[in-house]
Amino acid sequence: MEQQFDTSKIGMWLFLATEVLLFGGLFVGFGLMQARYPQEFIEAHEHLQRPLGSLNTVVLLISSFTMVMAVQAAQRSQKKKLIVFLLLTILCACIFLGVKYFEYSHKFEEHLLPPRWYHAQPGDTVHDPSTGGISHGYGTFFAFYFMMTGLHGFHILVGIILLSWLVVRANRGEFSKNYFTPVDLVGLYWHLVDMIWIYLFPLFYLIK
Amino acid sequence: MSQHSSTHEHAHGGTSLYVRTLITLLILTAITVGASYIDFGQGNVVIALFIATIKATIVALFFMHLRYDKPVNAVIACAGFLFLGIFLMFCFIDFGSRDGLRPVNWNGKLPVETAAPAPGAAPAPAQK
Repeated sequence: MEQQFDTSKIGMWLFLATEVLLFGGLFVGFGLMQARYPQEFIEAHEHLQRPLGSLNTVVLLISSFTMVMAVQAAQRSQKKKLIVFLLLTILCACIFLGVKYFEYSHKFEEHLLPPRWYHAQPGDTVHDPSTGGISHGYGTFFAFYFMMTGLHGFHILVGIILLSWLVVRANRGEFSKNYFTPVDLVGLYWHLVDMIWIYLFPLFYLIK
Repeated sequence: MSQHSSTHEHAHGGTSLYVRTLITLLILTAITVGASYIDFGQGNVVIALFIATIKATIVALFFMHLRYDKPVNAVIACAGFLFLGIFLMFCFIDFGSRDGLRPVNWNGKLPVETAAPAPGAAPAPAQK
């Protein structure tokens, strides 16, 4: 059992390493486009709602805490505590997605969208010299914004499904100090999703 | 087969450690949000990414148990970030050594910074 647990954990870490590289490619793209359109990116990031981004950061950090408490409860065979902390983690994840929905719908209304659909905002100063229209840089920022936060949001959604599956299994009493591998592995996944947001948040909302 | 594996006993974990970890992360979040309202010029990026890296490390060490786990997991985690670092480094070396830092249809004028007078059709390569 001990060896099986360790092997599963190594497998999970390998998966997490590929996740880091998946998001890494997008971060590289974001960095290159920021170097290409520096002024546009600065102005575009002012269109994001910093308080909502901060709120989501706090929510996700708290969900990481409730997740690690759930893992601890599983390790100590505390069934009731395990279920409560798993449900709290799901609650935080739902709050996160709710705030994200609110942010997305605001951006759709204001046409803060990828280049083809982007509408010039009052604060935008950079124009495309060849067409005289608004620079592509603004829309590029929002293309990255939707791609990266969308992919991250999809990970949150997958996390909610996995957590719900854990709740069902925990309710059946399948986890104890002798066997809690699934709880531990979902925990690792969940912390990685949190970690990615730790980088997404300053890159999109804070950087000048 | 050791009977006293730390993965199953977790003598090092504990609620108080996790609470302290959470509080540290929240304080760092407050600092990074606060710092973003102050203009440090180029320093803003450095501060934001530096604090983000501290936060990510704390999450990995304590929430993901790398601090007390078997070293092989930490090796995999570090390898992932190492390769990401190589990826980032070579992309930016390449991009930084090109002239095309502005859009292809750039007319030679920087929008906000005062650009040096462009010498005809061949602007001097930006040494960045």
